[in-house]
Amino acid sequence: METATTIEPKQKVYFDLTTSPHLHSKWSTQKVMWFVNIALAPSVAAALVFFGIYQAIIMVTAVAFAVGTEAAIQAVRKKQVTWFDGSAALTGLLLALILPPNFSLSATAIGSVVAIGLGKQIFGGLGYNIFNPALVGRAFLQAAFPVQITTWTQPNFAVDGITSATPLAALKFDKVLTETSSLAIGNVGGSLGETSAAAVLVGGIFLIAIGIVNWRIPLSMIIGMIVFGGIFWLINPSYPTPIFHIFAGSFLFGAMFMATDWVTSPITNKGMWIFGLGISLVLVIIRLYGGLPEGVMYSILFMNAFVPLINRYTTPLTFGAIREGKKK
Amino acid sequence: MSSKTFHGGVHPPEYKELTENCAFEIIPLPEEIILPLSQHLGKEASPQVKKGDDVIPGQLVAKAEGFISAPVHTSVAGKVISLGKELTSSGFPKDSIVIKTNGTVEAQKYLLPTLNPEIITPDEIRTRVAEAGIVGQGGAAFPTSVKLSPPKDKVIDVVILNGCECEPYLTRDYRLMIERSDDLISGFKLIMKALGVKRGVIGIENNKPDAIKLLSEKIKHEADLEVISLKTKYPQGAEKMLIKAVTGKEVPPGKLPMDVGAVIQNIGTAIAIHDAVVKGEVLTVAALTVSGRGIKIPKNLLVPVGTPIQNVIDFCGGVTEDSVKIVVGGPMMGVAQFDLHAPVMKATSGILVLTKDEVAENPETPCLRCGQCVGACPLNLMPTKLARYSQLQKYEEAEDADVTVCMECGTCAYTCPANIPLVQWIRLGKQKVLEMQRERAASTK
Repeated sequence: METATTIEPKQKVYFDLTTSPHLHSKWSTQKVMWFVNIALAPSVAAALVFFGIYQAIIMVTAVAFAVGTEAAIQAVRKKQVTWFDGSAALTGLLLALILPPNFSLSATAIGSVVAIGLGKQIFGGLGYNIFNPALVGRAFLQAAFPVQITTWTQPNFAVDGITSATPLAALKFDKVLTETSSLAIGNVGGSLGETSAAAVLVGGIFLIAIGIVNWRIPLSMIIGMIVFGGIFWLINPSYPTPIFHIFAGSFLFGAMFMATDWVTSPITNKGMWIFGLGISLVLVIIRLYGGLPEGVMYSILFMNAFVPLINRYTTPLTFGAIREGKKK
Repeated sequence: MSSKTFHGGVHPPEYKELTENCAFEIIPLPEEIILPLSQHLGKEASPQVKKGDDVIPGQLVAKAEGFISAPVHTSVAGKVISLGKELTSSGFPKDSIVIKTNGTVEAQKYLLPTLNPEIITPDEIRTRVAEAGIVGQGGAAFPTSVKLSPPKDKVIDVVILNGCECEPYLTRDYRLMIERSDDLISGFKLIMKALGVKRGVIGIENNKPDAIKLLSEKIKHEADLEVISLKTKYPQGAEKMLIKAVTGKEVPPGKLPMDVGAVIQNIGTAIAIHDAVVKGEVLTVAALTVSGRGIKIPKNLLVPVGTPIQNVIDFCGGVTEDSVKIVVGGPMMGVAQFDLHAPVMKATSGILVLTKDEVAENPETPCLRCGQCVGACPLNLMPTKLARYSQLQKYEEAEDADVTVCMECGTCAYTCPANIPLVQWIRLGKQKVLEMQRERAASTK
C-alpha cells in the first residue's frame, strides 16, 4: 500500500451526500402511468375486435386532446410541461374506453379537454384533483350529449337476438336478461373498453400482481356488490343477481381502473375497504332505483368526494398505541 | 418453515451475494488511528493520555464519564500525536485522540484478567462489559452495560439476539454467526445470566438458512435457547419489529423494549461480551462488511477501531470509476461520507461504495396519494401526511400525528413511486417537534 503524508490528493471527492435511504424502489410516477396504460391493452384490443378499427381513431383523439390540454395549461401556468409522464395519456385512454362505439370525434375531444382542464389541472394538476378526471369528462359528455352517449352500436360477433342496447338498459327498459357468458366475453352492447370482462380482468390482475393496484379496492367492490346486490335480489328475485351486476356494464372496468386511481382513492387500507363497499352500495341503488340504467361513474365520483373524510377517520393507530377510550 | 414477522415493511434487493461467502480478513495496521471520545450514545469519555504518550494495544485512553458512557481503548501500539476535533462518519467533528502507529507488529497487548463464565456473577459481567467499552453493535451504539442493568421494577422475561441483518449488502452478522457460533452462544448465555432471564431467542431472517441450521444444531440441547426464523423483510431488525415478531407484543410509543419485558442484543455485542469475559479483550476491533458495486473487491473485514475509511477502501482494491456515493452503515439508514479520513468506530457495521446505477434517483413528482408509504410504514404512521406537515411547517399537527414515534427506517422513502424524500422531511419535522417539546418543558419548569 502506498504511503502518503496527506490523504487528500489521492482521494476521489464524493458530492452525493443525500441522506438515507440510499436505495430506492425502481418505480417512478412515469413508469407507473405507462404500466397502467399497458394494462389497458387487452381492453383496447377487445374494443377493436368487437366494435371495429374506427374505435382506434376515437382513442387517438382522446389521448391527443388530453395530452395537448395538459401541456397547454402547464405552459400557461409556467409549470414544467410533462408530455411524456403518461398520466394525461392515461386519462385520455380511460375516457375513450368508457365512451360508446362510434362516438363523435369532436365530442370526444371536448370530453378530453374537460377531463384534463376541469377534472385535473384546475385543482393544481397531477396529485391534487379530487375527482377521477376521466369520469369528470364522461359526466360532462353525459350532460352535454345525452342522446349520443346512449346510442349503442351492435357489436361484431353478437349472438342472435341480442339487441344493440346495453345489457343494463335491456334489463331496465325491456326486462331482457343477457347471458353472463356473453358479458364475460364482451360481444354485447356497451362502451368500448367495458364490454369484455375477460380483457378487463387480465389487465386488472396484472396491475394487482405488480403492486400498482391495491387489491382491497376491487375486492371490496365485488364483496359489496355480492352483499348489497344479494340483499335486494333475495328480497325481490325479479331484480338481477349479484353475478349479473358484477359482469354487466362498467362494474369491473370501474373496479379495476377507475376506483383504483391512486389520486382519488383513499390512502389507508381500511379506507380502501370503506370506499369500495360504498361504491357498490351507491351503485346498486342507482341501478335499481335510479333513472339511468348504469351508475358506476356516478357512484365512483360520489365516493371520490368522501376520500379526504375517509382518510381522516381511518388514520391507523400508531404502533403500540392504545386506542382512546379502550385503555386497560 | 413458517416465518414470523410484523405488519408493513419492504423487501429491497438484498445484494448479500457480494460478500456472504467472504470469510473475515484482517486488515493491516494503518499509519495512524483516530479515536473519537464519543463512539456511543451518552456522555463523551474523558482522555487519560496526553500528546507524546506511548500506548500499547488494549490500553485505556479515555475513561467513561458517568453511567451512560463507555471507555475508549487503543487498538494499536504507538504514540499519541494529537487531541482535538476530528471529523467522524456521523458528519460531525468530535473530540478525538490521534495515535501514530509505531509499526511494531509484536507489540505487547494489554488484557484484562480472564473470568470463568461458569462461576461469574451478574455484577461481574456488567462490570466487565463496562470496562471493556462494549457498545451495541446495531448502529445506535448504546452502552451495553446500561442495557444489562434494567431498573429493579422491570421484569425481563426474554432476551432476543438480533440476527436479522435486514439491511441490504451487510453480511457481517451472518459471517459472525457462521464463523463464531460457539462464542456467540457463550456471549448470549452471559447476557442472559446478567439479566437473570431464562428465555433466550435468536431471531434470524429466513434468507440465512445456513445460520439458522448451524445455530439450531448448536443449541439443540439448551432448554433455554431457541432459534426463530423470521421473514426476510426490512426493517425486521428494528427493535420494535423484532419484538413484535418474536413475542407478539408492541412497544408503546415513547417506551423501551424492557417495558414489554424484552431486551435485544446484537450478534456482534454477544461475541464482544464473550471475548471480554473469557479472553479478557477490550473492544478495539470492528467487524464490518465492505460492499457495493463501486468497490473493486467486496470483503468482510476485522478492522482496528480508528482506522480511516480510506485505508479500508484501499485494502479492498479501491473504488470503481462509476462510484458516486460512500455510505457508512447500511444502505437504508447509513450516512453518506464526504471525507474518507473519518475513522471506523466501534459500531460501524459496513462501508458501502455505491454506483450511479445503484442509487438511481428518479425525478420527484407531486404525491400521487397511492398510499404505498402508509401501507409500508412498520409503525403505522402516515408518512405522506407527516412529510406534508414538515413542508408546510405545521409542527403542532405533526406532533399530534406522532411524528416523534418515527424511527427513520426509510421504508416510506424507499417505496414512494413519486420519489418524494418522505423520511427526510419527517426527520426535519421530528427535530423541530423535539425542539418544541424541550422548549415547552423548559418554560414550564
